[in-house]
Amino acid sequence: MDHETFARILDDAGRQGLSRRSFLRLGAAGAGGLLLTPATARAAARLKSPARIVIAGAGAAGLAAASHLAARLDGASITLIDARKEHFYQPGFTLVASGIKPLSYVVSTTREYLPGGVELIEEAVAEFDPEGNKLVTASGKAVPYDFLVVATGLKLDYAAIAGMDVEQIGNNGLGSIYHSPAKAEATWRAMSNFADNGGVGVFLRPDTEMKCAGAPLKYTFVTDDYLRRRGNRGKAELVYNANNKVLFSVPIVHEKVRMLFEDRGVKMNYERVLQSIDPGRKLAVFRTPVGPVELQYDFINVIPPMRAPDPVRNSPLRWMEGAWANDGWIEVDKHNLRHKRFANIFAVGDVAGVPKGKTAASVKWQVPVAVDHLLATIEGKESTAHYGGYTSCPLITRLGQAMLVEFDYRDNLVPSFPGVIAPLEELWISWVMKTMALKPTYVSMLRGRA
Amino acid sequence: MKELDPLVFLVVFQEMLGPLLWLMIAVIVVGTAAFVALLLKERTINSKRLVRAEFAGLLGGVLALVLMARVSSSGFTDAGGPADWFLIALVFGLGLAGTAILVYTVLGWRRPAKS
Repeated sequence: MDHETFARILDDAGRQGLSRRSFLRLGAAGAGGLLLTPATARAAARLKSPARIVIAGAGAAGLAAASHLAARLDGASITLIDARKEHFYQPGFTLVASGIKPLSYVVSTTREYLPGGVELIEEAVAEFDPEGNKLVTASGKAVPYDFLVVATGLKLDYAAIAGMDVEQIGNNGLGSIYHSPAKAEATWRAMSNFADNGGVGVFLRPDTEMKCAGAPLKYTFVTDDYLRRRGNRGKAELVYNANNKVLFSVPIVHEKVRMLFEDRGVKMNYERVLQSIDPGRKLAVFRTPVGPVELQYDFINVIPPMRAPDPVRNSPLRWMEGAWANDGWIEVDKHNLRHKRFANIFAVGDVAGVPKGKTAASVKWQVPVAVDHLLATIEGKESTAHYGGYTSCPLITRLGQAMLVEFDYRDNLVPSFPGVIAPLEELWISWVMKTMALKPTYVSMLRGRA
Repeated sequence: MKELDPLVFLVVFQEMLGPLLWLMIAVIVVGTAAFVALLLKERTINSKRLVRAEFAGLLGGVLALVLMARVSSSGFTDAGGPADWFLIALVFGLGLAGTAILVYTVLGWRRPAKS
C-alpha cells in the first residue's frame, strides 16, 4: 500500500470515523499491506536535542502535546505541570447530563496517559515569566524552560453571575453541565425531574468565548426530546437565550438550528446574557439592550462566562488589546499557535486566543501543527504546517440523532465525509460516532496516536 | 497527520472494543481459515447446509443490529437519512454474512456431508 493512500486513510480515521471510500481503499490495500508493514518503518526519525520543554496544563491539549513531543524528540526534557490528578473526558459531559452515560465514562487519571520519559509536576502554575523563560508553581518552585507550551484550559467564571451557587447545582431545577462530572450528573437528575413535571426550561450561553459552543444547543434539544418521550412537552415551555444575534457563530448552522428550534417549538431570545440568579426563588435575570429582563424558571442550564485562568490572564502572555485582552486569552498566531511576542511559547487548546474552536477536535488538529513548528525551531528550520481552524461539533438534535457539523475559521463547512454524511442532516450515524467512536479517537489523541 | 503510526487504526478500534477486538479478530481469522479449508476439502458447496446457515445468518444480522443499538445507546427509530440506512444495511449484512459463514463451517466440520 502506498504511503499517500495510507495517510489519507489515517487522516479520515482521525476525523472520528472512516469514509466508505477509505474503507474500500483499506479493504483493497488489505491484509497484504496493513498488518505486515512494520510500524517502525514509517516512524519519523527522532530529533536529538537537549531542549527543556515545559507544558503548562495536562488536559487534552497538554497530554496530546506531551505525547507528540515525546515521540519525536530524543534527549529532550519534557515536563507537564498540572495540579489535578483526574482526567476528564469533557466531550462526554453532555452525555452524562443527558442520562446516556454514567459518571465513570468521563473520569480517568492523568497518569494513565502520561507518555514515557515525561515528568509530571502535580502542582498548579502560579505565575508565568516569559521574559525570564520560566514559570513558578504554586509552591514557589521556579521551572525554567527553553520552550513553553501553554495548555492550561480555561476558568469557568461562576462568580461573575450574581447569586450563583455551584453547591446548589442539581437542586431546585438548577443545572450546569460544564462544572464537573458530578455536577453534570446532578444536572441530569434536575433535568429528568423537569421532564417529568414540565414548566419553564431556560437555556442560555455566556457572552464570552466558550468551549463547545454547540453544547448549550444540544442540551436544549435533549431536554425537548425527554419531555416528548415522557408525554409532557405540552406542559413545558422551552426558552433559549442567545448572547448575541445568532444561535451559532457559523451562519449556515445558525439558520439550521433556528429552523429546528422553530420545528420543536423552542422560543428564541437574542442578546440576552445571564446576569444574576436567585436559586431559591428560581429567578434568572438577563441583561438585554432594553434593560434587565426577569425569567422565572423550573429548570435552567447555567453556562458561566469563560476566561483564561488567572495566572495567564495576569501575565504578559495575553492579548494586550482587542476583544480578547480582557478575558486573557493568549495572543498566538491562529495558523500555527505560536505566541506573537514570545517566539518560544505556544498555546494550544482552550486557552489559545484564536477564533472558534475550544473543542477536543480543535486540540487534535492544533497540537500537531504547534509541535511541528516547535521542532522546526529547534532544528533551525521553517515548518509549513498550517492550522485552518478546523473544528467539529456532533450537534445532538434528539436522542439517537446528531448533525456532524465541521467548520473552519472562514465559517466554511468542511465535512469529513462529503456525499455520505450530510453536515446539516439529523442522522443516526452521527450519533453513533458521538457515542461510539469519539472517545476512542480522543484517547488515541491523548496518546499521540491519532 | 502524515507522521502517524500505521497501527493507529487498530489503536482506535482497540480503545473502542478492548480485549473483545482480539477475540473478534481471532474468530474472523480462524473462521475464515476453517471455511476455506472446508471448501477445499469438499470441493463443493452443500446446498442444504448453506440454506440452514443462511437462516442462522438472518438471526445473526438482527443480533448485530441489536448489539450496535445497545453500544451506541440508540433506539430503533433513529434512522434519519440515507447514510443511516447504509449503516444499518452494512451492520446487518456483516452480521448475516459472518454468522452464515461460521455456521456453515461449524456444521461442515461437525457433520461432514455424505457424498
